[in-house]
Amino acid sequence: MSVGAATSQAGVSRRARTRRSGFKSEHAKQTTGWSAALVVVIVCSLVPVFWILMLSLKTPGSVTDGSFIPHHWTLSNYSAIFKAGVFTDALRNSIGIGLIATALAVVLASSAAYAIARLDFPGKTAILAVSLAVAMFPQISLVGPLYNLWRQIGLYDTWPGLIIPYMTFALPLSIYVLSAFFREIPWELEQAAQVDGATPFQAFRKVIAPLAMPGIVTTFIIVFIICWNDFVFAISLTSTTNAQTVPAAIAQFPGVSQFQVPYGDIAAAAVVVTVPVMLLVLLFQRRIVAGLTAGAVKG
Amino acid sequence: MTAIAARAAPPRASRVRHLTERTRAERRLAYLLVAPALIVMLAVTAYPIIDTMTLSLQRADLRFPDANTWVGLDNYKAVLTAHVWWADVLHTTIITVIAVGIQFVLGMLLALAMHRTLVARGLLRSIGLVPYGIVAVVAAYSWNLAWSLGNGGWIPHVLGLTSDPLSSTFGSYVAIIITEIWKNTPFMALLLLAGLALVPDELHEAAKVDGASAWQRFYRITLPLMKPAILVALLFRTLDEFRIFDVIYIFNQGALGTESISMLNYSTLLDRLNLGLGSAVSVLLFLLVSLIAFVFIKGFGAAAAPGGAR
Repeated sequence: MSVGAATSQAGVSRRARTRRSGFKSEHAKQTTGWSAALVVVIVCSLVPVFWILMLSLKTPGSVTDGSFIPHHWTLSNYSAIFKAGVFTDALRNSIGIGLIATALAVVLASSAAYAIARLDFPGKTAILAVSLAVAMFPQISLVGPLYNLWRQIGLYDTWPGLIIPYMTFALPLSIYVLSAFFREIPWELEQAAQVDGATPFQAFRKVIAPLAMPGIVTTFIIVFIICWNDFVFAISLTSTTNAQTVPAAIAQFPGVSQFQVPYGDIAAAAVVVTVPVMLLVLLFQRRIVAGLTAGAVKG
Repeated sequence: MTAIAARAAPPRASRVRHLTERTRAERRLAYLLVAPALIVMLAVTAYPIIDTMTLSLQRADLRFPDANTWVGLDNYKAVLTAHVWWADVLHTTIITVIAVGIQFVLGMLLALAMHRTLVARGLLRSIGLVPYGIVAVVAAYSWNLAWSLGNGGWIPHVLGLTSDPLSSTFGSYVAIIITEIWKNTPFMALLLLAGLALVPDELHEAAKVDGASAWQRFYRITLPLMKPAILVALLFRTLDEFRIFDVIYIFNQGALGTESISMLNYSTLLDRLNLGLGSAVSVLLFLLVSLIAFVFIKGFGAAAAPGGAR
């Protein structure tokens, strides 16, 4: 059974049992305790987000005035970053590079995960070991040689120059999460299809792929968040708006002068890149939890 | 019809051959399916690894690309006798140990809350995941501005500080570590949550009947049963924390004694363009990370095979 599914099922049955056992006072006390915990979690999680949101709504002159709530609300920071080309280009790069790298990683990982979850072949452990080694590899150690190589073969500061490392480092997690999902698919259906004369590939494409879609979507989201968040490669392997992604662009926003960091612009850009990921997390919270936990534990 | 009949009663020898063929076809398909991902992973990592190792044995400077000479282990000697290397190992270790330790405690509490809460479960999970989804650079800026007295941050205001915490080493460490904790506790909680789900309720109920307190039940039942999940969570977070880069980059680029090994690696390679020394730092960082993984896996028996649930 998938760990994710086990989590939610165990949760449901526990809740049902607690209600049935009917220790009213204990139940009430627990409810109060958990409500308090909920408030603490919400405050801790959201204060830094609100803080940057409030900063982005302050007038450029009052960004550093020390108040949490702006005295004068303004959207001028947003119009400023969308008017200057740097941010819109970076946004385009982030979306394009993130989507392509994620799509490639998920396609490659799906086929590998299918083989790992489903087929019997020698060398399975070796593949998982390679994935694990790649996942643990300090990415900064690759930056020097890649920088060097990319400059020689003309990939420096291009989309493929970032897509290739993103795809590579997204593969291990994708393989783990997907193979965990794939193990939960009712494979009798595949056998049934094969008995009906489908080749293994047809069985994969026509029967299993649709069943696997939820796992694939989840993996897509998780991987996209990883690519979207990357900073190490973005800052090292790009130099211009040609391929610079948003995290790198934010870190290098040109200020009015060398000594004045444009915090208002940074805050506005920060809010813009945060919103899509926040929406993904909020909408797919259950799937992300299931995906990451399923990929993480040896049962 | 004839096909079914033939399949129903095949002669013994041909059935054996049929199975072998099937197995062989299955293996062929498996290798075909695994190959692309494996080739990409090996190609993209193997070349740079070999390149790094070669460069680490050379005097190589990007400003003089044609003047590479073999210098044996000189680069390693230079790095390992440099004060800055050992200082950075110390900085990285301090940040890693404190950040992972606190992430573990808070992550466990968050996981317990996510697992058990009777109130607004979906809301708790969604909001609890928010820091996980935030771009690290954004998180770093938000906390950096929050701590900065000069830039009107709210934290010095609330704490009544009169000097800028970010102008002292201690204050910078506190701010950097809190940022790491805030950003990464949700992921730690998710890894632990997976382990919590494996603890059967029956054991808790039985212990409750026997009069065990909540703490006893947690300490004697939950923790031991969760050991594999805990080790995997600690391993993942330790390895990741040890590579800390972006938060420090945004905060102060390693000033005030906060430089991490990754930061040193970056500045040697890309600011000073010293590929030889930088590559030696890369190899040493890689060895340290491998050592940590080895200690966790062999020493503590962490079953670091995520998804290897069979």
